Amino acid sequence: MPEREITYREAINEAFVQEMQRDPNVILLGEDIAGAPGRDDPDMLDAWGGVFGMTKGLVGKFGSQRMLDTPISESAFIGAAVGAAASGMRPVVELMFVGFCGVCLDQIVNQGAKLRYMFGGRAKVPVTVRTTIGAGLGAAAQHSDCLYSIFTHYPGLKCVLPATPADAKGLLAAAIRDDDPVIYFENKVLYETKGPVPEGEHVVEIGKANIVRQGTDVTVVALSRMVNVALEAADILNKEGISIEIVDPRTISPLDEQTILDSVRKTERLVVVDEDHPRCSMATDIIALVATKAFEYLDAPARMVTPPHTPVPFSPVLEKFYVPDAQRIVKAVMAVVPQKR
Amino acid sequence: MPIKKDRLKWIYERMCLIRKFEDHVHDEFAAGAIAGFVHLYAGEEAIAVGTMANLRDDDSITSTHRGHGHCIAKGVDINAMLAEIYGKATGACKGKGGSMHIADMTKGMLGANGIVGAGPPLACGAALAAKLRGTDQVTACFFGDGASNQGTFHESLNLASIWDLPIVFVAENNVYAETTSTDYSMRVPNIADRAVAYGIPGVVVDGMDVFAVYDAAAEAVARARKGKGPTLLEGKTYRYYGHFEGDTILYRTKQEEQSYKDRDPILQFHKRVLEEGLLSEDQLAKIDQQTDTTLKKAKIFAAASPFPEPQECLEDVYVKYP
Repeated sequence: MPEREITYREAINEAFVQEMQRDPNVILLGEDIAGAPGRDDPDMLDAWGGVFGMTKGLVGKFGSQRMLDTPISESAFIGAAVGAAASGMRPVVELMFVGFCGVCLDQIVNQGAKLRYMFGGRAKVPVTVRTTIGAGLGAAAQHSDCLYSIFTHYPGLKCVLPATPADAKGLLAAAIRDDDPVIYFENKVLYETKGPVPEGEHVVEIGKANIVRQGTDVTVVALSRMVNVALEAADILNKEGISIEIVDPRTISPLDEQTILDSVRKTERLVVVDEDHPRCSMATDIIALVATKAFEYLDAPARMVTPPHTPVPFSPVLEKFYVPDAQRIVKAVMAVVPQKR
Repeated sequence: MPIKKDRLKWIYERMCLIRKFEDHVHDEFAAGAIAGFVHLYAGEEAIAVGTMANLRDDDSITSTHRGHGHCIAKGVDINAMLAEIYGKATGACKGKGGSMHIADMTKGMLGANGIVGAGPPLACGAALAAKLRGTDQVTACFFGDGASNQGTFHESLNLASIWDLPIVFVAENNVYAETTSTDYSMRVPNIADRAVAYGIPGVVVDGMDVFAVYDAAAEAVARARKGKGPTLLEGKTYRYYGHFEGDTILYRTKQEEQSYKDRDPILQFHKRVLEEGLLSEDQLAKIDQQTDTTLKKAKIFAAASPFPEPQECLEDVYVKYP
């Protein structure tokens, strides 16, 4: 039986409903996650359901005790989520755009990430920080970053990057159930994309990559929304007789090194497609991984397809230039395959 | 309300223990036996002990880099504390935290903290958990005058006030944030004056007088426990040692230091309980002796404890990481 198809947005919402039903300790905190908090008019509650409507309807189902609208005080409410997690709750806290992490990074990386280690393993912090990433909406430099590499850098955090609706649901459930702090990166350009999603309980194991498309000539590791762009490139390349294998790590901390290395050992060529800033990034990290553990298999220098090392520009013309597209992936792949054609 | 005799004995015992513990750590650091950054609480005992005398075992606290006093007053095992400060495997954090990160979740001690102003958001979370579960647990959030200039302090007071969280924010105003005096760093005379901005009570007490701290904390804790929301309680106090061990303390005068030592919280307590006949000379002497013994045992325990195996560095980052 074919699975029903829902959007990435609906998949996230469905995961929330199921996880909140499953565990009364799951609470949500964030700015405008319901909307109009404190208003007496019941029609006003759920005015937004989150800035992108991701949490729409939840306040009606679970009440405002479990859907806590916050003031614009990221340090206080993300820190409170960490404190509540250390005190036995299982909070999911929303950082509206990852670019806002600058105002509250300490609570994530110095508190959430480190409490367990600093306390000799005698505490656990089962908090999920949801945040949105990605360029493509004309949101300019402070609302379009990816920045997942920053969080991957910190021991103590887990980082997940769902690219499909099914993974959006399964990784959110996994993040909420996980006993460690997990940063869950939603690509806001994916919200309306549709795909098959299991209706009932669906949990995707953290730390397992997905081979999105089997191929023989080049391994293309693509992250988050870049998986879809790589699929476009795969169709173009297919017509040229070039078969790429697309690997979506899905979780970047922990990183499923084995799946990436196995693929490279098979294809002997590597292109990494990453929308994050290119320096000290997942792209450089994955290339370093292959260079140190599978160098002898490489038949060509690895390539990375990333934005330029600039902030994200506003003008649609500039933004289009900035974000990697299928043509750039095609070009990079062509550069690593033998010039026989 | 008068403090019960057992409570008075506990107060004296805890204050003495903190002082002796800190004096010992000071000497050991000077002797080169302790590594790292160490910040001592001597002089401020009345605040931790006067507050904690109103808390239950199942209440929570957040602390600061100057956290030994909070730990001792909250009942963290002193052997494990001292072992931690030496970096021993038997330490409260198995040697991974050191002086600045001593914690004991089983005692509601959510950690000393190396980041100035990091505690208030965490305290909001602990208090939120209690409130959502419908318990009457209270969280006491200790921080210094320096932290009261951090954004986290202001954000957290606001959050706690709009959500009526069961918190007592305890400002330990020891006059100096590192070298910088509150005369320079604040335009208002009291940290507690800032409570008005958040619509909560702000109370100033003499932080060298444990009776004053006890009374003010009793009221604030009762208010929190009844679900009436947070209080900002400021104790005016002083740290006898420098900001950290090794500080040359060139930013304050000997006369100023002496003016606080003349009002030493332990001596004041000693004098008052004798004058008012609350405890006897013998009782106090016995407690004094007990604390010597307790500290002596801790020293032996810490000295006899092994260091962690080097590869233990790799453990405790995650609950599970494939």
